This record gives sequence, structure tokens and C-alpha cells, in this order.
Amino acid sequence: MNAELLQISLFTVATALAATALMLPPGIALAWTLARRPFPGRALVETVISLPLVVPPVATGLLLLYLFGRRGPLGAALASTGVDVIFTWRAVVIAMAIMGFPLVVRTARAAFEQVDARFEQVAATLGARPLRVFFSISLPLALRGVIAGTVLGFARALGEFGATIMIAGNIPGRTRTLATAIYSYTETGRDAQAAALAAVSIALAFVAVAVSNRLAGPAR
Amino acid sequence: MLTLDVQLTQGSFTLTVSARVEVRVTALVGPSGAGKTTLLEAIAGLRRPARGEIRVGNRVLFSSRDRIDLPPHQRHVGYVPQDVALFPHMNVRRNLLYGTSRNTSMGGGLPLERIAKMLEIEPLIERGVKDLSGGERQRVALARALLSAPDVLLLDEPLAAVDVPLRRRIVPYLRRVRDELGVPLVYVSHDLEEVGMLAEWVVELDCGTVVRSAATSLQA
Repeated sequence: MNAELLQISLFTVATALAATALMLPPGIALAWTLARRPFPGRALVETVISLPLVVPPVATGLLLLYLFGRRGPLGAALASTGVDVIFTWRAVVIAMAIMGFPLVVRTARAAFEQVDARFEQVAATLGARPLRVFFSISLPLALRGVIAGTVLGFARALGEFGATIMIAGNIPGRTRTLATAIYSYTETGRDAQAAALAAVSIALAFVAVAVSNRLAGPAR
Repeated sequence: MLTLDVQLTQGSFTLTVSARVEVRVTALVGPSGAGKTTLLEAIAGLRRPARGEIRVGNRVLFSSRDRIDLPPHQRHVGYVPQDVALFPHMNVRRNLLYGTSRNTSMGGGLPLERIAKMLEIEPLIERGVKDLSGGERQRVALARALLSAPDVLLLDEPLAAVDVPLRRRIVPYLRRVRDELGVPLVYVSHDLEEVGMLAEWVVELDCGTVVRSAATSLQA
């Protein structure tokens, strides 16, 4: 594998890891809230966070472009602190995080629902504050599912294409990922490189999904 | 020492209990569906009464008039549910120590060694909870609740999960809790013979109301 392919692979893994770190805290918090604390508008929240799974990623990307563009509400605020998002590695991370987020939330939520609420109740009667109950009871007992969701979200981030190309572009050495590189290489007739990157993508996805399935399945 | 004045509705079921208990051991009896578990959960803070007052000694745990509703972790109420709910991801020792942070922060409290000796669970301390027998689980759950230094201990059918010969063996442990530790005990029971062996006061519920509240022959 030549230096360019290696750079693209490493960049993709690094940005997908950053995206995973970015989506994990809010994803776990939201998953637990949906599982344990019914609130008005819960159905609406569930629908909205699942949208990236079914809306064309390019449309999600367009929405992100409005939000993070220099004149968008978030983009303007970030630009005033000197942080550019659009067409940088940050945009890659954001696109990946938004697209992986529903998988983290849905899988982790199911895992929290599987935890017998009795354990949490008894922990509270033993004097544990809600935060301690979460970290000592809920999270450890749901851990397999939470990790499974994290791995799925990471795998989804690795393969992100539509939203990425809208807000990060496809700039060699700066924002080009495995998915966008495969597309450009094929377009420009560099079929061997495209095939090599496709093989890398498949291998990474295979490992991630296998790990996730193993963790989400019944305990052995 | 225990003042209950509880009105609670769930679905079509209404629980209305008014009782004052001044003794060390109270049995809560009545047919299934009478509201015994619901009452214990209300005392522990796991279920919120529509109105009423719950007091342990002079501490008000709940008062609809004064808008007091202490969360479970501030109630100092030990609660052992029917399924005992030992934390499956912790060994016996970690289960026992879970509630002791409150115990030690209050100064004094009961040392693990004394409780373990009294309930004869010393040999189990380093074991996992999954391979304990029914009687062992009961005793570990009882010890865990005691080690959190509760002002009152609620036991939901402590003897139902174990078969008849074993019941006879658990009664002495409950007697020791009663006689050596002086922690007031409220427990749910189906078995009138067992009530006669332990309780000084009996409260009988039927269809959500108190039909009898009287001293037993054990009352001094």
C-alpha cells in the first residue's frame, strides 16, 4: 500500500474515532433518558434522532451546511472564535458523528431497557445518588450493549459518504476519506487504488460488525 | 416509631393505609394484590403516594401537606425486595459494601465482620452472587441492607423464595436482627405460622385497606 492510501486509511480511522468520542457522551445520556425517564415529546425526539438513518445522507449534509456554514447559526458562532468547520477535518468528524449517532442511541437504549430497574431502585435505597447508581449499576449492566452500539456507530462513521462530501468536500490530504477516495479514484480510472481502499473498508467494517454482534448477542 | 398515612392510586387499584407502629417487628399480611409490596415501595420512596405522610421516628420521609418527598437515597430505609436483587456484576463483598459509604460517613455504624458473623455468611464473602443458594442470597441481601445503617428495614416476603425447611432456618436470623441490632423491621408474609414466630404487631391488608392492626401474642 502506498503512502497516499495509508494516509487516507489512517485519516479515516482517526476521524471516525474522534466522531465516536464526540457522539458517545450525549448518545449514552440520551439513550438512558429515553429508557428510564419518560418525558413529554419523547416520541418526537426518538423520531428526530432516527432521521439520519433514513433521510438521504446528502440531504443531512445540506442541512449541516446551513448550520455550520459561515453564515449559519453554529458556523457563525464558531467562526467568531476562530474555528472554521466547513471543508476541514472538523466537518468530517461532525458528519460522521451525526450519521453514527442514531445507531449508538438505539442500541444503548435497548441495553439500558434490559437492565432490571430493581437493581437501580435497591442501589438508591442503599444511599447511592442517581449519578452513582448510573455509573455503578446501570452502565456496567448495560455495558455490552453500549459497546456494541459504540462499535456500530464507529463502523457507520468509517463509511460515511453523503454528508461528508457536502460539508467537508473531498480534498486530498485534508478531508479525503476512504469512501470519498473510492469515489474519486473510480471516477478518474484509478481502479486498482479504488479496489484496495474498498478492501480496507470491507475489512474494517467486517471486524466492527462482528465485534458488535458478538457483544450484543446473548452472553456466553 | 413508624407512622403511615398513605393514599396511593395505580390504575384501578387504590391503597389507603393509616397505621402507627411502635414495635420492633411488624408483619404485613394479606392476600396477593392487597397492596403489601406497594406499601413497602411507598415507604422506600420508590412509589409516590397521592397524599399522606410517612414518618420514621421523628423524620418525615413524605408529607403531601408540607411538600416533602425525600428521594430513596436520603430516606435511610433498607429495602429487600422479594427477588432480593443482589447486583449480579459484583461479588458478595462488593454487594455488602455498596451501602456502607453512608454508614461510615455517619460515624460508627455496623462493621461488616459483625453482620457477616451474625448471619453466617463469612464463607461466602469472596464468592460471586450467581452461585449462591436461595437462603444464602436472602442473608446476603439482608446483610447488605443492614450495612447501610437503615432507620427501618423493609423485607418483602423474605421467606417466600426459599422452601419450607429453609424458612425455618432463616427465621432465627431475623430474630437476631430483631434482638441484637434493634433495627425496626417491617416484613411481608403469607405464612401465619411464621408471623407468630417473629412479629409483635400484625397489619392485615385486603384490597388496599387495613382490615386489622393488632398486637400478636409476642407483644411484650
